[in-house]
Amino acid sequence: MRKLIVFFFSYIIWSLLAWPFDPATGEVFWLNIFVGLFAAGFVALLFDELFFERHSKVVNPLSYFWFLIYLPVFSYYCLLANIDVMYRAIHPSLPIKPGIVKIRTSLESNSGITALANSITLTPGTLTVDVDMENKLLYVHWINVQSTDIDEATEMIAGRFERILRRIFE
Amino acid sequence: MSETAGLIIVFIGLIFDFFGCFGLVRFPDVFNRVQAATKCVTIGTCFILLGVVVYLGFGAIGIKSLIAMVFIVITTPTAAHAISRAAYLSGVELADQTVVDQYAEDLDDIREKR
Repeated sequence: MRKLIVFFFSYIIWSLLAWPFDPATGEVFWLNIFVGLFAAGFVALLFDELFFERHSKVVNPLSYFWFLIYLPVFSYYCLLANIDVMYRAIHPSLPIKPGIVKIRTSLESNSGITALANSITLTPGTLTVDVDMENKLLYVHWINVQSTDIDEATEMIAGRFERILRRIFE
Repeated sequence: MSETAGLIIVFIGLIFDFFGCFGLVRFPDVFNRVQAATKCVTIGTCFILLGVVVYLGFGAIGIKSLIAMVFIVITTPTAAHAISRAAYLSGVELADQTVVDQYAEDLDDIREKR
């Protein structure tokens, strides 16, 4: 099952990159398609363990629905982050107050924590420095520290993403 | 029409990239610089690729730039995390303005575990 899903996704990415038809003439490049099938099968056989642990979430349509909700939320905060960092970079007195704070996460799976850490890095003034998988702690560099309390910082930095990510990955 | 819109989006992306580089030069230490580099350059490059999609339409090239956007959004934060962690563990000092460092308190535990 897992090999099948990896095969499916690799083949889709292959065909999007290789584009095996010519829209002007309607010609289809069969060699391209067969090489793609071969390559995707190869990847699926060898590397299927690297991508995800359980397949129940990958075939669940509800997690795709929540992913579609997550995209605009994430894009909005990402844009906000950029304008914030831009403002700090061009302001003459460089208004920064940096520090490294600890936050707690309630996510369990590897992919969930990866997505959370990456989202934190791309959003307002925060950058994940390290993850402690055992104690479920994230060390976050914050360009404008507003709170050093672990619960308050968790709510401010991760709260908005965690609620949606839990539905996608857990 | 779509050509003009595409060029405008590419220009917005260039502005973001420019200010990202500006922050890279002005911020005081590695961590702040990585912040400027990841955020502004990620979204700037995404805007440039989006401009390419609008300019050329959903052809072979447009789809390729959409896929490139996805991979940039996945890989840039990962690289930023690796750089900042490597910098911290190899002893790069934080800037003078730093107000708090809770990572230092737990650093011995973390080193022992690995």
